[in-house]
Amino acid sequence: MALIEADGIHVRFGDRVVLEEINLSVNEGELHGIMGPNGAGKTTFFNTLTGSVRPSRGRIRLDGSDIAGLDPHAIARKGVARSFQIMTLFNDFTAQENVMVALPAFRARGFDVRRAVAGDTALADEANAVLASVGLGAKAAISAKLLSYGERRALEIAVALAQRPRVLCLDEPTSGLGTDGTLRLADLIGALKGKLTIVAVEHDMRFLFSLADRISVIHWGQVVARGTPRELQENPWVKRSNLGSFG
Amino acid sequence: MTGTSSDARLITPTMLGTWLVLATVPFWISAVGLYPYIGVEIVIWSIYALAFNLLLGTSGLPSFGHGAFFGVGAYAFGLTQFNIAANIWVSLAGALLAGAFAGLLVGLFIAHRRGIYFALMTIAFGQIFWTISVKWHSVTGGEDGLLNIARLPVNLGVVSFDITDNDALYYFVLAVFAVVVVLLWRLVNSPYGRILSAIRQSEVRTAHLGYNVWLYKLSVIVLSAAFSGFAGGLFAMAQRSAFPDVMNLAQSGLIVMMTLVGGGLVSFWGPVIGVIVFLIARDVIGAATNAWMLYFGTMFVLLVLFRPEGIAGAAKLIAERWRNRSATPAVLSSETRSG
Repeated sequence: MALIEADGIHVRFGDRVVLEEINLSVNEGELHGIMGPNGAGKTTFFNTLTGSVRPSRGRIRLDGSDIAGLDPHAIARKGVARSFQIMTLFNDFTAQENVMVALPAFRARGFDVRRAVAGDTALADEANAVLASVGLGAKAAISAKLLSYGERRALEIAVALAQRPRVLCLDEPTSGLGTDGTLRLADLIGALKGKLTIVAVEHDMRFLFSLADRISVIHWGQVVARGTPRELQENPWVKRSNLGSFG
Repeated sequence: MTGTSSDARLITPTMLGTWLVLATVPFWISAVGLYPYIGVEIVIWSIYALAFNLLLGTSGLPSFGHGAFFGVGAYAFGLTQFNIAANIWVSLAGALLAGAFAGLLVGLFIAHRRGIYFALMTIAFGQIFWTISVKWHSVTGGEDGLLNIARLPVNLGVVSFDITDNDALYYFVLAVFAVVVVLLWRLVNSPYGRILSAIRQSEVRTAHLGYNVWLYKLSVIVLSAAFSGFAGGLFAMAQRSAFPDVMNLAQSGLIVMMTLVGGGLVSFWGPVIGVIVFLIARDVIGAATNAWMLYFGTMFVLLVLFRPEGIAGAAKLIAERWRNRSATPAVLSSETRSG
């Protein structure tokens, strides 16, 4: 059954149509890849899913209820988490603090001014467990700005995971990573596969084809092809456009 | 701003040390050649600066019209005293609530803004409040100000203290300062404070984590304005009057300058350090030359150029270097950015 579903999404900036009639349905537990050339509207679609862009028309249903046009924080509260292509970490916080503020248990105490955060071992333990799951267990006390690029990419994902999302949206997770880093990230996301519903915008075709259950190709604001990685490799449009030439 | 054990404490060693030192001020202040009333000013402006820094340092919201809230509190202190009840607690509550209300009013217009737009809006609102204080003669006394504000006795139920004497007033405002410091310290180290800090670092990320950023910003504007109003009330009581000039643009700029010089961006105590340095510099350099602002301004420019984290930031850096002098150099990670 579809957990998140976009139905006839149109996005217009002024008189420029960016997305036209995008339909997408992602099943629970599926890893759905989104690819397409630069400027195709991938990121705009992503921003529409997570609330930073309001669609001018269309519906986005999460588990049946319409979330299109809600504020980002409201969509996040319903269980949609996202990572960012341009890393958006809290640089003055430690890795642990970055994860901690993302925990639902922390959010529930957001307006609490009576207790201090330091010394709250329950929150710290929960945050450390999330860090360990992305291989940053030993880096909890390190300031986010002092982590290496690959570690920051992993922390990006840890922060999204800490939200205990139902749908995890990854915006170009391998962006800027070298071969080693990409392989490590593929392992990490492979381990999440099946446990979470994941929508991933990605440029790295090898990465996407090895991980995704299905892939949608967006071009000129429309879905031009969709299918399993195997099907897509045979797709004439994908072949012609060079997008599938990853081997 | 890494979590340390002292963050969790209600009262920290630094607080105790600061209070203790401040408590001895009346005994030596004259001996070092300073005017005793400067102690009262330092403590009241410290409350104001800490309240202001809730916005600038903690939440990253640059307010250049904060004098409005300070001034509203000052007038409210006098007006409640004249029109409602001549009781110090009623007047202080009036100052606090008036500040909070002004903060709410302004916050509703600016809480969705950030950066330069936020700053410009605060200047505009600051000017509006200043103009009202000058023009609304029947309430504020216009340019003549609100005079004959009394230093009301501190009524604690069983006992009552008279604070018409400057030393007594000093110990009263110091006690109030101690309470405010405890409250604000707890606030900035609470989950709420962490989220404000997260908003300063990335509004976008914080929103996508499920936090209603607008509501957090509005609430901290109200809190900051409330404590600023409260400080304004104490100021009106200390000065026995309230004037429009505390609301003007230059005065609003002073609190920004004090906070930055002290290091409010990197330290809880930065604003207090800034207030102490500023007011002492005013009296010491001001005694020698009328152009004292020239010297202080030069110092400000140099500081912003070379040590933008202020005095507290420079002190932290020195302490860090001292600690690391024998430590091994950090190993660079092999993971680097590549195509």
